[in-house]
Amino acid sequence: MPELTAGQSINKALSLILESNQTAFIAGEDIGIYGGAFGVTEGLLEKFGNERIKDTPISEDVIAGLAVGASMTGSRPIVEMQFSDFIVNAMDPIVNQAAKLHFMYGGAVNVPIVVRGASGAGTGAAAQHSQSLESWFCHVPGLKVVTPSNAQNAYDLLLRSYVDPNPVIFMEHKLIYKVKENVTLNPIPKDSSYLGKASVEQEGTDITIVSYSNMVNVVKEAVALDELQNFSIEIIDLQTVSPIDFETIKNSLIKTKKLLVCQEAPPNSSVGTTVISKVVESDLFNILEVAPKLISGLHSPMPSAKHLESTVIPQKEDILNAIQDML
Amino acid sequence: MTLNLDKQLELHRMMMLIRLFEEALEEMFSRGLLHGTMHLSIGQEATAAGACLALEKEDLITSTHRGHGHCLGKGADAFKMFAELLGREDGYCRGRGGSMHIADLSNGNLGANGIVAGSLTISVGAALSFQMQKKDNIVLCFFGDGAVNEGSFHEALNLASLWDLPVLFLCENNQYGMSMASDKAVAGESIASRGNSYGIESIQIDGNDVEAVFESVTSFKNEILSSNRPKFIEAVTYRYRGHSKSDRNLYRTSDEIEYWKEEKDPIKRYIGKLMESGVSEEKLKEIDTSVKELIRDSVKKALDSPLSPITNLEEDSYA
Repeated sequence: MPELTAGQSINKALSLILESNQTAFIAGEDIGIYGGAFGVTEGLLEKFGNERIKDTPISEDVIAGLAVGASMTGSRPIVEMQFSDFIVNAMDPIVNQAAKLHFMYGGAVNVPIVVRGASGAGTGAAAQHSQSLESWFCHVPGLKVVTPSNAQNAYDLLLRSYVDPNPVIFMEHKLIYKVKENVTLNPIPKDSSYLGKASVEQEGTDITIVSYSNMVNVVKEAVALDELQNFSIEIIDLQTVSPIDFETIKNSLIKTKKLLVCQEAPPNSSVGTTVISKVVESDLFNILEVAPKLISGLHSPMPSAKHLESTVIPQKEDILNAIQDML
Repeated sequence: MTLNLDKQLELHRMMMLIRLFEEALEEMFSRGLLHGTMHLSIGQEATAAGACLALEKEDLITSTHRGHGHCLGKGADAFKMFAELLGREDGYCRGRGGSMHIADLSNGNLGANGIVAGSLTISVGAALSFQMQKKDNIVLCFFGDGAVNEGSFHEALNLASLWDLPVLFLCENNQYGMSMASDKAVAGESIASRGNSYGIESIQIDGNDVEAVFESVTSFKNEILSSNRPKFIEAVTYRYRGHSKSDRNLYRTSDEIEYWKEEKDPIKRYIGKLMESGVSEEKLKEIDTSVKELIRDSVKKALDSPLSPITNLEEDSYA
């Protein structure tokens, strides 16, 4: 079992896909000889050649658009947005084309593409290279949105995103590129049913914390603090934020009756507000013992200075305080 | 290139089919039978007919919001198109797409697109598939003059040229992007010159001369396959109707519209040419009658077919 970062485990998953399917290819900026801005595609050019590892000009619109056209004609593209912030330049092919063609053409076509990108803050990359834009895509019917939190689920979720017949937006938080863990290199699954399933990372009975992407790791750090050792805390990693696995959240809340949601993204119209609104408009409202709470990034662009950046991103202390308040 | 009589009559028949199809839609619209708007290509039939009939079934097209002609040209069933516009289960998209979003993959039509320039990058991806699959086919990408000022037009042309993709960009320059005259919207020498600036051989042709369109597309298709280089055609044409059903034609004169109808109409011109070369009036009448019958029967069959049932539309959003 190799010890890998998420970037390296994604590299293994990409390699496995390219080996198993000759119609699969990768396109993106600096993914060839450079190996990708974060090294995720390192070594793939040497292994698979420039017909399948396609370095593109800086043209996000056509990168996403060519994926749509290629996927409709028998190819399996996996394309990279170097920083997921740049996906803004590719909104038409993703939102108006990829997400809609299956429905709009009455089911006559599928658009099985994966659009990967490095997301999130914590690296001092400032406002245009640090965003968590996942909730934009959750708002668009026809897309699936996947947000791994570690090297193992990044590997598994990428394979399942590839198997899925729908367009998938795959947001890789930059900080998970820096953490190594033992990764089981599972084979490509036969179906994609794992997409849309949350993972209960830690079982507990006092409070449910729902999170996703790198914020799951911050939640785990908070829960490991001495102050919380007498409490039984359940941690749910959504893994897929569209669709959201409400079944797992529901089963947890029946036990804990308290809900805290933690995300790095700003609060308005976000994954966290969706989770909370779904819960309070359901029967679960009657069993909640305290009002649900959302810990999120501030409604502010990401500043570059370290101390300002950490003011915008939720810290483990913020999570600790919220848990203590609620318990 | 001299076309044989059968091909000539086929071109004429296709132009008639497109015009009568859209005139039938207009009539249905005025009778209140159609929900939503539509974009008619009446006056532009020569580009759709000439280009599509120059392709094989296995060649692909991407189309635009003004795409009925492309769809028919590529071999679509008029009944299934009427059924789509009427929201019927037998429609190409089971009532989910309507006028602007008909796709007909069995005939190589990757679909009409409601976003101006939306299909340019898609055509590049489809051409990449052909290149990877080593197929001897091309992708013909239709777009209008309005599309050439969108960023995706430039990204698509640049990449198609860099990667030697088998795509034929065909700009139907009908001279207006909704109300905006293309000479007020397009900087530089011409639309065709923009293709040249990306190293793509480009020509401007009379888009109302059906044989000129057919011949240009035929020879460019052959060159694309032999040289592995994309090509670009700007076909100058004119739409008689407004942009959509809400258009009051305030941005152009009725004299201008009349001039194109009287002097440049693609069907009228081609009938003149065919008769000069000895095609009898009876032969043309015969074609006219058979197309009219086809349209009449298709409309009737579509009106008689069942509405698309209300299914779980949230589930239908995903494959």
